[in-house]
Amino acid sequence: MRDILGLVLKRLGLGLVTLLVISVIIFFMVELLPGDLAQAVLGQGATQETVEALRQELGLDRPAVVRYLDWLSGAVVGDFGTSLISGDSVGDAISDRFLNTLFLAAYAAVIAVPLAICLGVLVALLRNSLFDRIANVLTLTSISSPEFFLGYILIFYLAVKTGLFPAISSLSGDMTFGELLERTFLPALTLVLVVTAHMMRMTRAAIINLLASPYIEMARLKGAPPWKVIARHALPNAWAPIINVVALNLAYLITGVVLVEVVFVYPGIGQLLVDAVAKRDFPIVQACCLIFAATFILLNLAADVGAILTNPRLRHPK
Amino acid sequence: MPKAKRALLEISGLKVEGNTGEEWVDIVKGVHLTLRRGEVMGLIGESGAGKSTIGAAAMGYARDGTRISDGSIDFDGIELTTASEGEKRALRGSRIAYVAQSAAASFNPAHRIIDQHTEAPLHYRIKKRLEAQEDAMDLYERLRLPNPREIGFRYPHQVSGGQLQRAMTAMAMACRPDLIIFDEPTTALDVTTQIEVLAAIRDIVDQFDTAAIYITHDLAVVAQMADTIKVLLRGREVEEAPTQEMLDGPKEDYTKSLWAVRSFRRPQKSRPNGSEPLVSVRNVDAAYTGGVKVLDQVSFEIYKGMTVAVVGESGSGKSTAARVITGLLPPTAGEVLFGGDPLPPNYRNRSRDQLRQVQMIYQMADTALNPKVRVNEIIGRPAQFYSGLHGVKLKHRVDELLDLIELEPSRFYDRYPPELSGGQKQRIGIARALAADPTFIICDEVTSALDQLVAEGILKLLDRLQEDLDLSYMFITHDLATVRSIADEVVVMRNGLVVEQGGKEEMFRPPHHPYTDLLLSSVPEMDSNWLTTLLEERGVDNIGDAATV
Repeated sequence: MRDILGLVLKRLGLGLVTLLVISVIIFFMVELLPGDLAQAVLGQGATQETVEALRQELGLDRPAVVRYLDWLSGAVVGDFGTSLISGDSVGDAISDRFLNTLFLAAYAAVIAVPLAICLGVLVALLRNSLFDRIANVLTLTSISSPEFFLGYILIFYLAVKTGLFPAISSLSGDMTFGELLERTFLPALTLVLVVTAHMMRMTRAAIINLLASPYIEMARLKGAPPWKVIARHALPNAWAPIINVVALNLAYLITGVVLVEVVFVYPGIGQLLVDAVAKRDFPIVQACCLIFAATFILLNLAADVGAILTNPRLRHPK
Repeated sequence: MPKAKRALLEISGLKVEGNTGEEWVDIVKGVHLTLRRGEVMGLIGESGAGKSTIGAAAMGYARDGTRISDGSIDFDGIELTTASEGEKRALRGSRIAYVAQSAAASFNPAHRIIDQHTEAPLHYRIKKRLEAQEDAMDLYERLRLPNPREIGFRYPHQVSGGQLQRAMTAMAMACRPDLIIFDEPTTALDVTTQIEVLAAIRDIVDQFDTAAIYITHDLAVVAQMADTIKVLLRGREVEEAPTQEMLDGPKEDYTKSLWAVRSFRRPQKSRPNGSEPLVSVRNVDAAYTGGVKVLDQVSFEIYKGMTVAVVGESGSGKSTAARVITGLLPPTAGEVLFGGDPLPPNYRNRSRDQLRQVQMIYQMADTALNPKVRVNEIIGRPAQFYSGLHGVKLKHRVDELLDLIELEPSRFYDRYPPELSGGQKQRIGIARALAADPTFIICDEVTSALDQLVAEGILKLLDRLQEDLDLSYMFITHDLATVRSIADEVVVMRNGLVVEQGGKEEMFRPPHHPYTDLLLSSVPEMDSNWLTTLLEERGVDNIGDAATV
């Protein structure tokens, strides 16, 4: 067990280093953008003096490295500076939005992950049957349609035609949890449709890959029924690839939801990012990018640890 | 009818087809088999004989890519060829059990051994969990596994191969089946471990009066286990007779050729007078990452034109010694001399000529040859690399090499390895080593994956090449029969130490070092009483000790 803890700590350390490198890239990519930030914020009509004054106020007259270190030391304690447009703290602007995005991601994940794995096991069991083929075609269709298109189709059928769910997922503070679930159902469903196929197909492939193993033949020759062969003998050895794909898709649920948020007017971090880019509100852009990078790193770390924990050779050393 | 006389398993006219990718071809071509309760039948034959397929068919099971196409399989009144999947499944694990060749691969790595053991009894509701576990421990004890009350709670990777094989036999017994199919259960084991497993299997089959089909390619092994022996060749029965009768007087020519196969023996050559050794390994220590020492002060010499067999069980360090000589694993102490001069420890620092002199032939020709490269390129590449041959000269050289290994150049020049048989692939492996024009070749278990007749052909070829080309061989093997046939000198290794070395004749003549004695006496002999006698000599309680020392 101590080996695993050491391994996790090592991975965590490596993740931090990766994050540091990414922060450098994010910061200096923004620096590299053409044009003067103060000029851009103030617009064409600004005088030389006002531009200078804003430059001074933003600290743009200082060298980039100093500003980077300043930004980094703030980011470590959660202070990402202030928004150029509203003048509010970036942390405040982001935190609510990020929580909304996490909620939507969790909502979608709670449905999609069990669904994908159960379907994956089922199609592995019924491989090459009609059910397998239909499931394959449907999930492939959903994965290859753009999410905004899926979103509009769902709105058309489930909101406009039948009126089952609201088309717009605007949130307000005094909603009950039930209302919240109902209001965000359509964007969550869109995300489920997008991510399920990938996870299901990997589950199927990982299981089928093991079916030629001698221990699977042994299980069959011990009289285990087909579902038990799959669920008890193949699945426990197939977790590592499945967990990796699940982690990738969870990361996508958090970082790739921009279009879905726009379609459903959902107040998540993706919308915020799009607005910030349009308005050249760079502190927010930088903070969002850093959060996305951290999300990817953490989820990949979790996948590695998960893969280790499901491997009996590593869990129970000789 | 009295119970003892009734046939438990009656197979008649069994045909099984295999899919080659394009068409279905017969792999079992009409086999009959009758097995009574408590009787053990040995199925013997080379690879491709269909013995394993018949074993699976006895459970009504056809592996992926095969199908039972004709005949009848009657197990205690149930016709398995027409029975439903559910009916057949209900027999498997409960009334017919299976013991596979590699227990390490056939135990599920994700579950504890005892949970896999109790799976069938729990599934069939024969026993409650605790009862089934208690019974498992009892079986582990009968099979003389160490710590029988504890060992089942380990995962398969935490237990040694020989112990796993016994645990698998115990698992087969879990529901007290009427019939067990043993499919080469000791083929992957060392000789010393093989004895424990053979003894354990025989005991348990006797104790519960279970009928068994024992599949193997090793005559001496089947002689210990079976009441009757059936010899198979390419899906057909050659002959069947009670074991002793079969050993004393096989009727068919094919059976006789199998019996005679261990007869190739070459007289021992002695060291050339006054000359330097070609290869000299001096006080070599070696360790893999992690610092575990695998070679400890290993020294031996190989003279020109001679064959030195390095023998030992798995883990004895014999392959590591080869890695040190080839420079793949630089030693932590000691040195390797070649023709009197020290070889750089790492192959990267060796000159092209030094590399050329030392070549290797591997155990698994299947994995050692790139399946996507034509034979002429496999052989031609080292010839080009070491001798700088091109064009017509290169083609001549490849033809010459194919002639040397007795494969017709015009037929084999353009072939791919997957189109070749096991023996032909191994010959290509030999030609590739020869292409460098070496003086010294390391043969790492080159015959252990081959059938006996094919292996003998390879040994004869190697022997002839040694005469013609004045080669020296280091012959790594765990098979003492191979040592007897081809070696001049023998180095016995154990746990990274050389325990005994000397000329072949004196090595096979007592007195031996105790470990050499253990190795020699563990090789099964063609005598149906060999195992019984040996166990009596050693005292039954010592079997486990002998292998765990």
